[in-house]
Amino acid sequence: MSDLTVTPLPVPEPPAEGFTRREALILGLFALAGAATTSGCSSDQKAMDEFVQKHFKDLSPEELKTVLARMEKNLTKKYGKPVTVSATPAMEGVLFGYALDLSRCIGCRRCVYGCVDENNQSRDPQTHYITVLEMDKEKGVDLQDANAYYDHETVPAEGKFYMPVSCQQCENSPCSKVCPVGATWKEPDGIVVIDYNWCIGCRSCIAACPYGARRFNWGEPNIPADELNPVTEYLGNRPRPRGVVEKCTWCLHRVRKGLYPKCVEVCPVGARKFGNLLDPDSEIRYIIENKRVFILKEELNTQPKFFYYYGL
Amino acid sequence: MTGAKPAVGTVAASAKPAAALFPVAPPPFSDGVFPCSECHKPGDKVDRVPHKVEFHEDIVLHHDEKNRWCLDCHDAAHRDSLHLADGRLIPFTESYRLCGQCHGPTLRNWKAGEHGKRTGSWSGAKQYLLCPSCHSPHSPHFKPLKPKSPPLRQEAIK
Ligand code: SF4
Repeated sequence: MSDLTVTPLPVPEPPAEGFTRREALILGLFALAGAATTSGCSSDQKAMDEFVQKHFKDLSPEELKTVLARMEKNLTKKYGKPVTVSATPAMEGVLFGYALDLSRCIGCRRCVYGCVDENNQSRDPQTHYITVLEMDKEKGVDLQDANAYYDHETVPAEGKFYMPVSCQQCENSPCSKVCPVGATWKEPDGIVVIDYNWCIGCRSCIAACPYGARRFNWGEPNIPADELNPVTEYLGNRPRPRGVVEKCTWCLHRVRKGLYPKCVEVCPVGARKFGNLLDPDSEIRYIIENKRVFILKEELNTQPKFFYYYGL
Repeated sequence: MTGAKPAVGTVAASAKPAAALFPVAPPPFSDGVFPCSECHKPGDKVDRVPHKVEFHEDIVLHHDEKNRWCLDCHDAAHRDSLHLADGRLIPFTESYRLCGQCHGPTLRNWKAGEHGKRTGSWSGAKQYLLCPSCHSPHSPHFKPLKPKSPPLRQEAIK
């Protein structure tokens, strides 16, 4: 035993002055990229452009333009029709809020599929942002025994009520706190967004979200070209790559242009309400001030901006 | 509610401001029934005693049918209009004023955007659905719907 020699672990060379690890890595890959381009391989070049892209918030207006143009070009080619990718900023003086009337929802799931179409979720493998939970009227909100897989001939089923759950757009969002790379954050209008190009797919946010609102692209997302919604946003409904997390953004690509989210417009019973919490004349403020509203898992202090209420 | 909005139950002196205040989707007439004056002519004899009508058999009255019938809302002398309880005529595009005579709190919530459905812009121009767009005035209770398919179970996702 005594003749065992202990060799000290090799100490890595400190990175050259002025370079972070990431930059050093990128520089190394740049060299590779150079080799790839000289060998004429454009898909490697595309991958490289994506790899060296900065965090969304660090992009200069010029760089952002280049990035958006690159994405539009790639998506237009992939889907064979013109696709736009914008980066519409949050409006001044707007904090979005949502309300859902549990006494009206009939559990028809029109919202689920309206959302899939509008937000370019993968059809196969299947991704849904909205989960409609069926619960017993007798028991009230009882998440433990809720059933998302009900399949009746018609709804509402006798003695049941329905509670659609999706991202609650928390003011105090646990998901954005745990992300090790800062790929998800809350925007000034209160929408929690994800930079799909910065997400490393570690799924910490999925574990942190108390509402089960986040989805991971385990496989290559698949959207039929003729069903693709070609009006997209960088932080919203642009097609996502494999290996990243996504979730509801309250249709950021619509609401930042003043439109209602898609789910509000497809709900056949008008159970879904949306508006600006900072506008005292808005529908959402009327509901909060005049109806019995509650938020889901209030005790966690996540401060959702999604309010459930009983209108009847 | 601000002073600019009409209070519940009051009827604007002229129909115009109310119409401008609530931009509504077109009334959901069944095919070919409107204008009613196509068939109902001004000189027609009208029996005002509630009775079963021979035509319009598709209409099943299931809306306080013991106490009301056609001419409580439809106007016998002005077939293309509705009338309020006090006899004032209103166009079909303002039917909410008629419904609101009995369903006051619902009308209040509808005006505020809580009841019913709006489409368009949360910040600007929007379209309201009229009461009959969702509730058949003759049988207003919601009909059950077939739900869309449930999500795949986790074990079914490859
Ligand atoms: S579309 Fe409306 S009624 Fe149907 S499940 Fe969604 S919220 Fe409920």
